[in-house]
Amino acid sequence: MSSLPPYAGPLERTWFYTYRTICAAIFVFLIVPVFVIIPLSFNELPYFTFTPEMLSLDPAGYSTKWYVEFFTEQSWRDAVSNSFFIAIFATLLSTSVGTVAALGLSSPAMPFRSTVMALLISPMIVPLIISAAGMFFFYTRIGLASTHLGVILAHAALGTPFVVITVTATLVGFDQSLTRASASLGANPTRTFFKVIVPLILPGVISGGLFAFITSFDEVVVVLFVGSVEQRTIPWKMFSGIREEIRPTILAVATLLVLISMLLLTMLELLRRRNERLRGMSPG
Amino acid sequence: MAQAEMTGDMMRTADGVPLKLALERALFRSRLRAVMLVAPLFFFLLITFVLPIFDMLFRSVENNIVADILPRTVVAIEAWDETSGELPGEAVFEAIVKDMADGKRDKTLGRVARRLNFEKSGMASLFRKSGRKAPKITEAPYREQLLKIDKRWSDIDLWKLIKREKGAFTKSHFLAAADMQYTPDGSIEMRPENRQIYTNLFGRTLWLSGLITVLCLLLAYPVAYLLATLPLRTSNLLMVLVLLPFWTSLLVRTTSWIALLQTQGVINDLLVGIGLIDDDSRLQMIHNQFGTVVAMTHILLPFMILPLYSVMKTIPPSYMRAARSLGATPFTAFVKIYMPNTVAGVGAGSILVFILAIGYYITPALVGGRTGSLISNFIASFISGSTQNWGLAAALGVMLLAIVLVLYFLYDKIVGINNMKLG
Repeated sequence: MSSLPPYAGPLERTWFYTYRTICAAIFVFLIVPVFVIIPLSFNELPYFTFTPEMLSLDPAGYSTKWYVEFFTEQSWRDAVSNSFFIAIFATLLSTSVGTVAALGLSSPAMPFRSTVMALLISPMIVPLIISAAGMFFFYTRIGLASTHLGVILAHAALGTPFVVITVTATLVGFDQSLTRASASLGANPTRTFFKVIVPLILPGVISGGLFAFITSFDEVVVVLFVGSVEQRTIPWKMFSGIREEIRPTILAVATLLVLISMLLLTMLELLRRRNERLRGMSPG
Repeated sequence: MAQAEMTGDMMRTADGVPLKLALERALFRSRLRAVMLVAPLFFFLLITFVLPIFDMLFRSVENNIVADILPRTVVAIEAWDETSGELPGEAVFEAIVKDMADGKRDKTLGRVARRLNFEKSGMASLFRKSGRKAPKITEAPYREQLLKIDKRWSDIDLWKLIKREKGAFTKSHFLAAADMQYTPDGSIEMRPENRQIYTNLFGRTLWLSGLITVLCLLLAYPVAYLLATLPLRTSNLLMVLVLLPFWTSLLVRTTSWIALLQTQGVINDLLVGIGLIDDDSRLQMIHNQFGTVVAMTHILLPFMILPLYSVMKTIPPSYMRAARSLGATPFTAFVKIYMPNTVAGVGAGSILVFILAIGYYITPALVGGRTGSLISNFIASFISGSTQNWGLAAALGVMLLAIVLVLYFLYDKIVGINNMKLG
């Protein structure tokens, strides 16, 4: 249905344009909620809607004061540093353990492969509220609740499935004879790993890492249960902000988060193209 | 490569080891290597994720509160015959008076009071009241003095309850989660209609998740078809419109739905502005089921589009052309040829969306209000809200987990875990 064939009748013609309109409406539904908050975050008044001044494009209706509030208020700054601290360490942990496991899982010699895989993927499938409740119970028992370490471990557990999936996907096209060639040329397994395997699977590792990062950075249910005020992250602040006192500062934060996700999306797309080039496929 | 030579009828490597044995050793080594590589993640997840889940399973049947806080009572009550129709003897009353005095001193009495109150209302106030006065009773007759404090102690059902809940494990959390209860004589019955909360709640969660799944499918199918049939350059551009919401924070998307849907929000302002509705008859689109369904459909839509797209991408366009050339109308060709080929994608996407929807917490908590909240919201409120009941939260969680695991198993059968793709 990429374009109308010349022999199309009037009915087909009408349907073609109706269908295109329906699709356009669905794309609008998908994208408007992401972009509508950007102009709203520059509202002069503390409302979540467009004021008449904003609609008439009067500069007095716009202001950056919510951004100023975000950057100056201590509790938001704490939330930002907590979010990055937790997400970075959770990413490092899940990426390293996940990549090594993906290497093992991709080996044809791995016994009970699909069962093990199903287990390793399960943190992605089990509803977050159940993981959060279980972690709350168990981490309280062993003294990890309300600590940064506890939240990092919990987030790393939630992020590993993404690393395992992306890295195993990269390894599907991996030529095993390269490691044998490296070994026959005298490299030990460690050297082979860092000089041959890592450069080739790096795009998969990085995109898995990005998934793990965004999982932790966006996550709120587990932090709410396992963490305490000391571990308050950006999503936590947003969640409690929406529930308690709703201020446009949240819209300013949301706008910044949209920019971050645009950045991540661009990075992932570049990685995907690089990976396809490495494997000799044409970039899409 | 070791050189193989024939010695008798057995193949041997250059150093004389039978070839079969050498091969087995090599295979064992590579198997061991693979297992060793997976082991760190396996143990990591065991501690950080699997044990917590088992802890929750355990909490749903665990029942040590009564035995821990009323230790003398649970021993003494063993000898009492609950079918006799008589109150327990003096020994049991002495035991419970001493247990309550200890519990008052150690400040643990409140826990047993709360635990028993879930089974029988009024127990909390009874224990609190009696706990304050129990330390003053130091000599016999214990029974008479306790009955003077509160005559509810003469209720045989109360003693039956204590005897029933003295064990280390209990079914009562699961019974509560399934809207059932014990009758005073220990058999199991459904709760009265007006107190059946959780079956209705599970029903609502399943119904809303199903509705969201169907809506996602209806919206995703045309879009995925368009993306799969357009030239690559155009479809990659449009794909950004799908991937950007997918990568945007959940809280950002929920926040913008609040801005759009609330009574003083963008959509209501727009409708008032163009004169479709009056200023005083603004639509209530948030804090109800409508809010939950709209926001969750938007959030989960990319999870439906992406698997559908990847399946549709593999269907050769020549199938449709062949059908047309054989005389099928575009509609017939689409329904009879194209749609059956997309069943795998429909199955994968639907199960994925349904699994995600059924356990959703954040969005219903923020836009769902009272009527649009799901099972997860109740679990959360039983853990950290005002009515703490960890046992019931765990039992509800186990039931939710069971549903999800069945669906996960189905997903594995239909799609295969190994074929799961991201982005």
